Amino acid sequence: MAIASSSTQPSGFAGLTAQSAYRIDRLRKRATAEHRFSTLAIWVGVFLVVVVPVVSLLGPVIGFGHPNAPNFNAILQPPSLAHPFGTDSTGRDVLARVFAATPLDYEVGLLTTLMSAVIGILFGGIAGYFGGWLDAVIMRVVDILIAFPFMIFVMAFVAVFGPGLTGIYVGLTTFGWAFFARVTRAEMLVIRERQYVLAAQTAGLRTSRILRVHALPNVLRPNFVIAMATVVWNILTLASLSYLGLGVQPPTAEWGSIVASGQTILLIGQWWVSTLPGLVIVIVGVGFSLIGDGIADRFGYDFRLTV
Amino acid sequence: MGFYLIRRMLQSLMALIGITLVAFLLIQLVPGDPARAVLGPRASASAVAALRRAMGLDRSLPTQYWSFLTNAFHLNFGFSTLQQSPVASLIWPRLGSTLLLTAYATVVSVVFAVPLALVSALRRNRPADHAIRLTTMVTFAMPAFWLGLLLILLLSVHLTVFPPSGYGVGFVGHLDSLTLPALTLGLGLAPLIVRTLRGSMVETLGSEYVEAARARGFREARVLRRYVLRNSLVASVTVVGVNVGYILSIVVVIENVFALPGLGSLLVTSVQNRDFPVVQGIALVLGAIVIIVNLVTDLGYSLLDPRIRLSGNR
Repeated sequence: MAIASSSTQPSGFAGLTAQSAYRIDRLRKRATAEHRFSTLAIWVGVFLVVVVPVVSLLGPVIGFGHPNAPNFNAILQPPSLAHPFGTDSTGRDVLARVFAATPLDYEVGLLTTLMSAVIGILFGGIAGYFGGWLDAVIMRVVDILIAFPFMIFVMAFVAVFGPGLTGIYVGLTTFGWAFFARVTRAEMLVIRERQYVLAAQTAGLRTSRILRVHALPNVLRPNFVIAMATVVWNILTLASLSYLGLGVQPPTAEWGSIVASGQTILLIGQWWVSTLPGLVIVIVGVGFSLIGDGIADRFGYDFRLTV
Repeated sequence: MGFYLIRRMLQSLMALIGITLVAFLLIQLVPGDPARAVLGPRASASAVAALRRAMGLDRSLPTQYWSFLTNAFHLNFGFSTLQQSPVASLIWPRLGSTLLLTAYATVVSVVFAVPLALVSALRRNRPADHAIRLTTMVTFAMPAFWLGLLLILLLSVHLTVFPPSGYGVGFVGHLDSLTLPALTLGLGLAPLIVRTLRGSMVETLGSEYVEAARARGFREARVLRRYVLRNSLVASVTVVGVNVGYILSIVVVIENVFALPGLGSLLVTSVQNRDFPVVQGIALVLGAIVIIVNLVTDLGYSLLDPRIRLSGNR
């Protein structure tokens, strides 16, 4: 019986018609190409994300002058070899200021993302694993937070705590965790039905252990994609608020506030103070986006950077 | 439909209450005395006490919240001590400019996004698609205020096509002055729409009714126009509706770049001066607008597409 059917219904690769073999070959080639493409995206992203802080740390060694020391002999000089980004209206080297701002922007971007992720994974995990009224309450709050015009509420937090970083930290974390919670919950709904979780439950493991050891590692990857988007987003928000004068206060250098300091002279044609520092924000943003999108592509997540 | 409508409206009501709660509780978070924070360290104790009474801070929390809620319901957002004016009379004249800019920017971004998404979907995983996706990734990482300054440099300083700031006179003047801000916002928002649309167009292009239309021998242009584009317009309206909170967030920043007399510039000066009633009022008004737009989008979409309301009962 088995022999008879194998002659009429070919199974395995050997029995494929030439046409379907060609199709499979094309699909496989395309999959490999996409795989290579996402690998490339991830590595380019890692390079961009790492190169900015490394160069920033080396910057003072190469030496473009002190980021906050005015030099009235070198006011508003256009970009040159001595000052690649030019100098501002008090003669400070713009590139030196951009370098000096890198640790601050990275710190705020990464720390607010980390805090949001921890809170979001915790609440999303609880909502997805336990379900019921806990799930309903947490997800209602998440829905409300995601719909909020968050920039306005982050500004409101700045009003509460006064201009500076406290309000930005509190505001970004208060609204940022919702995205992590939503993704974690969705993953958890699938994971809690998986065999290995059911097995762990049958084995009588404590719930805290099941969540920590069996569930947590499996929700990290999609959360990492969300985290990359959140870093970009939070750095942009910090820069926007500093640009508006609500974030980091002068003379401390921050990418957005450097851009703001060049706005009035932009109108009379002295363009470099406002434009060139923005490039660094774009480089860092594209870097984190490439990492996030590369991973999303590789594992077939349909959520991306943009909410 | 009736059940879905009621459920969805209840959700919106809860979101509204959530927003009033957050706006109300904000002032309780102020370190120290909010009245002192408004008046500054050199104000006399009696002035602070008087302001505390005027702000209602001497009453119990639930009483305060109840009067905050009922006042807000009557569109009374309190009194700005700093500007010596009711908050509502500060907000209403500026709301028009903000809404006009938001609408203008939305139109611009859809005009940019739809053709890009179509090309991206038709040339999926080809160089054109990769180029468009890379471009949208770059524009997404651009700070909106920076993009605005680049456009000012290019179109106002070098080419002098549009005014770099201000609001113009009359409706045409408004539109002229709003073009550059709307262009900035449109370019910033387009990536958001392109990404969602590309996905939905890829799906539409692979669907059986498009295949059937092609099989009937319709010209490709007609298939794209009648079947793919029409579907994608509904999708892009939804993307805009769902992300209106994100759009307003950027509008607030952009208004300050172009010195537009909208809610964004009022918000920034009020935050700087710690003028809490104005901040609360703007948060409430913009929050309510977001909730209403989300609701209208959802209901409109579910009217057009019954699958939404039927699967929404989960």
